[in-house]
Formats: sequence, structure tokens, C-alpha cells
Amino acid sequence: MLSDMKLEDIVGEYKETVLDLYGNGSRKIFYTDIETPYPDGKLIVSTTDKAGIITHVNQSFIEMSGYTENELIGMPHSILRHPDMPSAAFKDLWDTVNRGEKWQGFVKNLCKDGGYYWVKATVIPNIRHGKVVGYTSVRRKPSRTKINECIQLYPTLF
Amino acid sequence: MSYTFTVSPDFSPDHLSGWYIFNTWLQRQSGEAIHLELYDNFQAQRDAIQANKIDLIYANPFDAAMLVREKGFLPLVRAWNISDEAIIAVSADSPVNDVAELLPGINVAVTEDPDVHTIGMIMLEAGDLDASNINTRFYNSQVLIAKSLLQGEADVGIFLAKAFDDLSNLTKKQLKILVRSQISVIHHSLMIGPALAGRRDEIQALLLAMNNDDKGKSVLNSLGFDAWIKVEDEEMEFMIDLMDTLII
Ligand SMILES: Cc1cc2nc3c(=O)[nH]c(=O)nc-3n(C[C@H](O)[C@H](O)[C@H](O)COP(=O)(O)O)c2cc1C
Repeated sequence: MLSDMKLEDIVGEYKETVLDLYGNGSRKIFYTDIETPYPDGKLIVSTTDKAGIITHVNQSFIEMSGYTENELIGMPHSILRHPDMPSAAFKDLWDTVNRGEKWQGFVKNLCKDGGYYWVKATVIPNIRHGKVVGYTSVRRKPSRTKINECIQLYPTLF
Repeated sequence: MSYTFTVSPDFSPDHLSGWYIFNTWLQRQSGEAIHLELYDNFQAQRDAIQANKIDLIYANPFDAAMLVREKGFLPLVRAWNISDEAIIAVSADSPVNDVAELLPGINVAVTEDPDVHTIGMIMLEAGDLDASNINTRFYNSQVLIAKSLLQGEADVGIFLAKAFDDLSNLTKKQLKILVRSQISVIHHSLMIGPALAGRRDEIQALLLAMNNDDKGKSVLNSLGFDAWIKVEDEEMEFMIDLMDTLII
């Protein structure tokens, strides 16, 4: 279960909404217009179990999300869900990896402080001894052109 | 019975003799007859792996998936404190200061080294560049990539970061780094094949103890390494999954 975001963590002018999370109840979030640019040369990496619960994050993930490792491990990955992301994108993500295939897409993520960052994510199933044991997502820097396309496209998918 | 050891063809020419010294050390320590076979290029090496001719390999991360998942290789060790990172650089007098300013149609100089090439292309992607809208030019060494930039043959070079750092100061002054990767979990590793798998633990222990005596230390130094550290099976699987996300 994800607890609501806390106002004291938020930096800058914010809006407020309630996200309805699949299987994880609802979560009150605060979000701002402050973008953190993707760090050059880095990959943001996380791994989840089969249910999408975070089991591993790398240092870049911690720095970009603003959460500590302890706050992330054991939480549903929707801890980063941003209200501007259409749920169809995540349905497609889960449908694709459940078929055992790779998913790739552009994602706007929500930081602990209410800000956001864009990534190009690739999610793959982790197969060990022939069985899916979890999923890994590796994010790279998206081009500005692609981000702008998503800014146009995503609002039409609600 | 004699076994065959090979090294990823991207090894630095400075360490050529080091690998022969290492092979001799390994034979003495393990008591096995091991022959070092070096290949000129990745394709020739992959053909040998496919033909089951290889028993030990210092492998490029790009080939790790094939070695583990198709050929039953297992990880032994990797060099301490060394990871495979790439640098995107241009000539110092290029007006470009950011990957985002690079335009389609440019000439990109690379070596055949597959993991550095992959990491480099990921960084160029942030500038809307991919294999379909650039001209990729292959060179035989990192020094030749630098030359191609200085002579205007190529607009951008993808370097192994370590090799870039080892270029002469004079050369480096004439180049400009646009971006340096900081991935830190992609590395070459020494891997053992099915024919020697029964001796995996012993050989791994020998390698891990190598920096404890002067002889072993000097052999490591001839490879440019300080020590080996153990690679767990899951660490290797994780790296393979990570590489897998980078090749699409
Ligand atoms: C490996 C992996 C990584 C994920 N990374 C993110 C992420 O960075 N941001 C995000 O909003 N959702 C991510 N998701 C999707 C979430 O699990 C979740 O589906 C999404 O946040 C939408 O929430 P909902 O499914 O509860 O509606 C990831 C899923 C997996 C399997």
C-alpha cells in the first residue's frame, strides 16, 4: 500500500489529485511543473518482483526519484506514477511483459518533491531457470523531440 | 587434454603480452594445459565459441548472454574497479557542445567493440540519432578514432572511456567530450565453459587469491588490473538482462 504524498516534501506551487492504483488502492498526490532533466550518460535501473513490487534500485534511481532506498524497496512501482501518464501505457507495459516480451516507451515520472522527469524505459522479464522471477526496467535519456511528441499525444489517450 | 582460453578482441595492444603471461600463470597454478588463442575480430571469436572450441574466455559483456544462455558458460571473476564506459567526443573546434545539437547524416567513428558501440548509440539516441540516420565508420583502434576526428573524416567518435583517458594529452586537448557514460555495472568478465566447469571453484579461488603474492600481483599488473573480484551467477544474469534492454 502506498501512503499519500506529504505536503512538507513538496517544493514549489502544486496541484493535488487522487490516483486510483490497480490493486493498490488510491493515493493522494501533489505535483508541480518543475522538471528535472535526465542526467547525461546515466541509466536509471530498477527491478520488481512479479507483482511490480520494487526489489532493487540503482543510485541514479534514488537520486532522480528523491526517495531513499529504504522508502523504495518493498513499495509498488506506481510510487512514481504521474497523473499525466495515461493508464493505457501501463496496461500495455504489463500485457507485453506478461507475454514474455520487452516493452519500450516514454514515461513521465513523479518525484517525491512533486516534480517530474521523462525517461525512455525498456522493461524485460527476468528469466531464471526457465521461469519469470521478476522484471527489470532500464531507463535512458529521451530526446526532446520524443518528449514533445508524448506531451502532445498522452492527453489524447485519457 | 588441452583447453583453449581466449580474450575479447577489444583488449588493449599494451596488454597483449600480459595475457600470455596470465595464461602461463594459470597453467602452472591449475596444472591444466591451456592454450591461449587470440582472434582478430569478434566474428571469428564467436564462430569458435559456437564450434565449442573455447573453454575459458575474458568476455565482452555483449557476448555474455550467448555464452551463458546458449553455451553454458559460468562467471568466475571480473577486474576490480574497472567497468566498461563510453565517451562521445568531437573535435575541439566543433561548434557542437551537446549531443542534442548533432544532425542526421553525420559520420560516427567507432571500433568493433560491441558493448562500447551499444552504450555510445544509447547516448546518441538522446539526440535523435540511430543507425538508420548516421554513417557508421569502423576503425581498428581508439587512436584511429581520434585521428578521424582531428582530420575531419568523422564528426563524432565513440570511445571506450578508459582508452580515451589514455590518449596523449596533446590529442585529448584537440578533442571535446560531449558525454561520458556512468553505468558502472557493465564489465568484461572471465568465464568458464562446460569442459572445465568441474574445476570452477578451484580456479575461482586461485584467481581471487592472485593479488596476495608478488608473482600474482605482477601478472595482474601486466593486464592493467589490481585484483580480481568474484562474479556471482545472479550478478551475471543481471548484467545480461541489462545489456538486453540496451540492444533495442
Ligand atoms: C520493472 C517495472 C518498472 C516500472 N517502472 C515504472 C515507472 O518508472 N513509473 C511508473 O509510473 N510505473 C512503472 N511501472 C508500472 C507500475 O507497475 C504501474 O503499473 C504504473 O505505475 C501504473 O499504476 P497502476 O498499474 O497501479 O495503475 C513499472 C513496472 C515494472 C514491471
